[in-house]
Parts: sequence; structure tokens; C-alpha cells
Amino acid sequence: MAKVMLDVKELTTKYITRFNEDVYAVDRVSFQVEEGKSLGIAGESGCGKSTLALSLMGYYFAPLRYMSGSIKIDGREITSMKPDDARRSVLGAEIAYIPQAAMNALNPTQKIIRFIEDVIQAHDTSKTRKDIRDMARQRFEALNLPADVLDKHAVELSGGMKQRTVIAISTILSPKVLIADEPSSALDVTSQKMVIKMIFDLMRDGFIRSMIFITHELPLLYNVTDDIAVMYAGQFVEVGPAEQTVFDPIHPYSRGLMRSIIVPEAGAREQKLEAIPGTPPNLKKPPAGCRFAQRCKFASPQCRATEAAFTTIGGGRGYRCVYPEERLREVYAHA
Amino acid sequence: MPDIMMNGAAGRDHVGELCLSGKGVTKVYGMGARRTVAVDHVDFEFRKGEVISIVGESGSGKTTLVKMLLALTSVTEGDIYFMGGKRDITTRQKKHDYWRGIQAIFQDPFSSYNIFHKIDAVLLDCINMRGGKGFSKEKKTEMMSEACKFVNLEFKELTNKYPFELSGGQMQRLMIARIFLLQPRILLADEPTSMIDACSRATILDMLLNLRAEIGMTIIFVTHDIGLAYYVSDTVYIMERGRFVEFGGADDVILRPSAEYTRRLIQDVPKIHEPWDFTKRSPRAVLT
Repeated sequence: MAKVMLDVKELTTKYITRFNEDVYAVDRVSFQVEEGKSLGIAGESGCGKSTLALSLMGYYFAPLRYMSGSIKIDGREITSMKPDDARRSVLGAEIAYIPQAAMNALNPTQKIIRFIEDVIQAHDTSKTRKDIRDMARQRFEALNLPADVLDKHAVELSGGMKQRTVIAISTILSPKVLIADEPSSALDVTSQKMVIKMIFDLMRDGFIRSMIFITHELPLLYNVTDDIAVMYAGQFVEVGPAEQTVFDPIHPYSRGLMRSIIVPEAGAREQKLEAIPGTPPNLKKPPAGCRFAQRCKFASPQCRATEAAFTTIGGGRGYRCVYPEERLREVYAHA
Repeated sequence: MPDIMMNGAAGRDHVGELCLSGKGVTKVYGMGARRTVAVDHVDFEFRKGEVISIVGESGSGKTTLVKMLLALTSVTEGDIYFMGGKRDITTRQKKHDYWRGIQAIFQDPFSSYNIFHKIDAVLLDCINMRGGKGFSKEKKTEMMSEACKFVNLEFKELTNKYPFELSGGQMQRLMIARIFLLQPRILLADEPTSMIDACSRATILDMLLNLRAEIGMTIIFVTHDIGLAYYVSDTVYIMERGRFVEFGGADDVILRPSAEYTRRLIQDVPKIHEPWDFTKRSPRAVLT
């Protein structure tokens, strides 16, 4: 078995609002990502995907608060660290994060090389500016990015180029885990493809050793990641290999999501898109039983009363539903 | 109500006479060395009840074309024809009359509303604009409830609320409720679903297409999502650098593209049943 790069067990984090209300945005989430593998996280807006990403970095600044569970990066526990220590020793070197609007993060008054100097010197003060420039040049060439970008300002770059530059900057220290939070959703398809190619190159060349890819674009997730986790109201409701999760989902929510996929392929027009009625529950007061029960067309009174446990089945798959898999499949067959 | 999702051949049955067309429409920004031709002599014909998609990458001129169609910017050259005659927006009143026939939904629902107006006021405005100023209060409330019901919102829960208290998907649905009340002849939807997730996207598309069936409206989608264009449209126009490089029935353009640019655009979209360049897995058989 390959080495486990990221091992998360029963992680629970919450936001505390200014009215002192608790919002349980990540609730008992467990998963593992092995070396050389990638995990995709899918789900609706507001289901806790981005909060999970922030939580994984040990970056607990108000209003986000760590509650329980463990996060091990290559065997090293990071939940017991202070946020500032985590930022110094974990962020960048162990785990890198690309936020959704990463390309807007570049200070317009600085040249690209300055950001790279910042990142490297924050972790290793012994490096000279020349060392850093050589290192940056080598990395940019390996990733097929023109090296003259280093001496340009952000405004001189196109959207897609800016995004790729930010990815190159954030992975300059070869982190063990890369968290990409919707890295291509602001780009058009051609730039998106180049960003994905670059992420694949990073993985192939060993500059990153595992990846978490967050998006609500399921066709993209299907093509990019090895495994897919479907998140709903702060919980993982299904985890499994990408192919099976997309084509043979077990959980009713995953099934609903997969039916909302639109792709320009023959036969796609004849398919009826299925929207899941309703909206996700308010996480200030999560419902007592299964969190999806209110919107699930297969729900029974039992679902609203009993909290569903996460059941693991063979082949790396698991789901969170009151019903056993056979029963769900039977229900789907008659739906 | 007909099953509008099957809008391939079936959808074209209720396509009627010409409602919006253009000849040699051009927009030039700047002059001298900074002269940029954003839209370059485009011709188009949109018919009543038709769903049209204009697809192109960022910077291809889609939004400039939308602005010209909405009379938000001037046309440098060429003519736009509306409901059989040349479009006349020479006076403020004529422009207002034109806007009664053509309405828009924009990409960002968060910046589409006046933050000082409550939801009731937003909807009341639409009723007044359609000549309902003299209606009784009960009648207006009934109309607003009906519009909200159409988009699966509960009017009672929305009264006295501001648009920013809603989620992105709800705001976009409220935008459709406005269209339901305004009943324009043409709806321009500029990337209406690009800021909301895939699940709410299905709901929004469903509602827009229901609305077309209900009031026989023409819908023009402007998008870079070629999958969405294929799914909803009768006719697809592909735009590159200010020109239409290809147009025709959705099946012809998407499944049998003739322009190199269209082929490349389709190739770049991640797919699940057909191969994609960087896919980690072999493609599965086409849907059965």
C-alpha cells in the first residue's frame, strides 16, 4: 500500500458567528489520500467544501474553530499546533492552498519574482536572491511557463497565465498536499485545460505528492481525480473511486448531483436534467436525523429521526444513509 | 405544458416569425492606435419562441453584442431590427418602450439588485412597468405570489426582506420571477448560471425553459459553457474575435462542427462519455 500523505479522522470544525451561534460547517469528516493520488470534493455551494479546505491547513483563525478529530500530513499531527506555527511550518511547505480567485491575490505593484522570494524566505532565510531566481526559473521551465513572467507584473498577464503563475508560486516548496479550491472556475475552457495540464505536470514530476481538488463541475472532477467525495451539509455522504461515484452513485444526494451533469455529447440533449428540490439545511440548527432527509424523495420517517452512520463497503467506497445499499438500489430500480 | 426539455426537433415547432435580427452590426472601441473592433459585421436572425446560444471565449465580443442588443451601448455600424421594423431608440421614451420587449438576466445575481429596495418593491416595479399601476393591492399581491410560486419561492417569506438576504440561487430565481411578471418578448441571459452550482443550474434552466413555453418568449443565452448551450438551444452561434464563425442547429454545430475554432472549443470541455485530453480514465460507452 502506498504511503498515506493526508490522513483525516473525524474532523469537526465550526464557525462562531458574532451573535455567538455555532455553525457546524465540517462534521466528523474522515478520509485518506495516498501518495500520488488525488481526491475530488463535490457538493453544492455552502456545503462546507471550502471550510474543509481551510480546516485541513490547521489555519484556525476566528471565526473558524477546531473542535475535534485529527489531521496527519505524512504522519505529522497538525491539529495541536498554534495557528501561527501552522502557518510558518505547515503552510507552503507541507500543504499548499490555491483559493478560488487566486489570480486576484497578486499585488499589482510587485513583480512575480518578489512573491516567490517571499514564499521561500519565509521558510528558509539562508537562500539568496540568486538561488531563488535559479530555483524559480528551473521550476517555471519544468512547468512550461515562460521564465520572463518572473520579471513581469500581474497586470501584464492574462487570467489563465495569472492562475498558472499563482499555482507555480504556491507549489514552489514542493508541498506534500495541494488543495485546489475551484482553481479553474473563473476561466474559460481553454485556459481551464491549461491549468489542469499544469496540475498534472506537477503531480507527474513529483512537485506535489497528493492533491485535493474542490469543484462543483463534476465532468472536470471525473477527469482529474482518482477518488471523489460528495459533501452535503458539512458531512461526507459518499466516497469512492471517481468512475463508480459518477456512474453508479449510492447515496440519493450523489445520484441527484450526477443527474445534473451537462456535457456537449451526443445523447445529452435527450437526457432530462434533474434538480434536487429545496435548499441545504441551516447548519446553525442541523436537522435531527439524516441531514438530506428533507430533500430526499426516498426519505421515510425513520430517516428524519435516526442519524445515518457512514457505512464502508468494499472497493474503497462508503456512504452515509439509513438504508443499506441493496435497499437503495432496489428503490432506484423502481424510481 | 409540453415537455420542453426535449427541445431538439420538438422545440423548433413553436418557432415563429422573426423578432430580432441584425445586419452588419459592428462595435468599435477607441480610435487610432487603440482602435479595437469588438464586434465585426455580424448578421443574425432570432425567431419568436426560439432558444439561441451565443458561445465564445472570454474577449470574443459576446458581452459587447449583448450591450448593443440591450441598447446599453451604441452601434458603430449596421442595423438592428426589432419585431419587423428597424429598431428606434432615438428618444428616452422609445428606449423605454424597447426595454419592455427585451429584458436581461446577468451573471452576478448579487450585483443585479438595488440593495436599498426590498423584494416587494422589486416585484411591484415590474407590475407597474407592465401597466398594472392601477390594480388593487390584493391583485398585485396575487400576481407577486404567482410569480414567486413559478420559481419555487414563497412570497410570504420574502416580504420585508432585502435581496442580499437570499442565496445566489434564490436571487437568480427571483430574477426569473421578475421576467415572469414583465413578460418580455425576448430574454437575454448573459451567463445566468456561471456563478451558481451545477445543482441549482438545473433548476434555473428548467424554469427559464418553462417560462419560454408559458409566454412564448425568445431566449438568448450568452455563455462560454458549450454543454449548456447544447442542452438548451435550438440554434447555436459560435463567436470568435467579434465574428460568428459558425451557426446552425445545436446538433449540427456541436456534434458536427465545421469551423476549426468550434472543434477546438468542444475538445477543451471535459466530458464523461467521450475522451478528454487529460483524462485519467478511458471513456465509457455513449449514453444508451
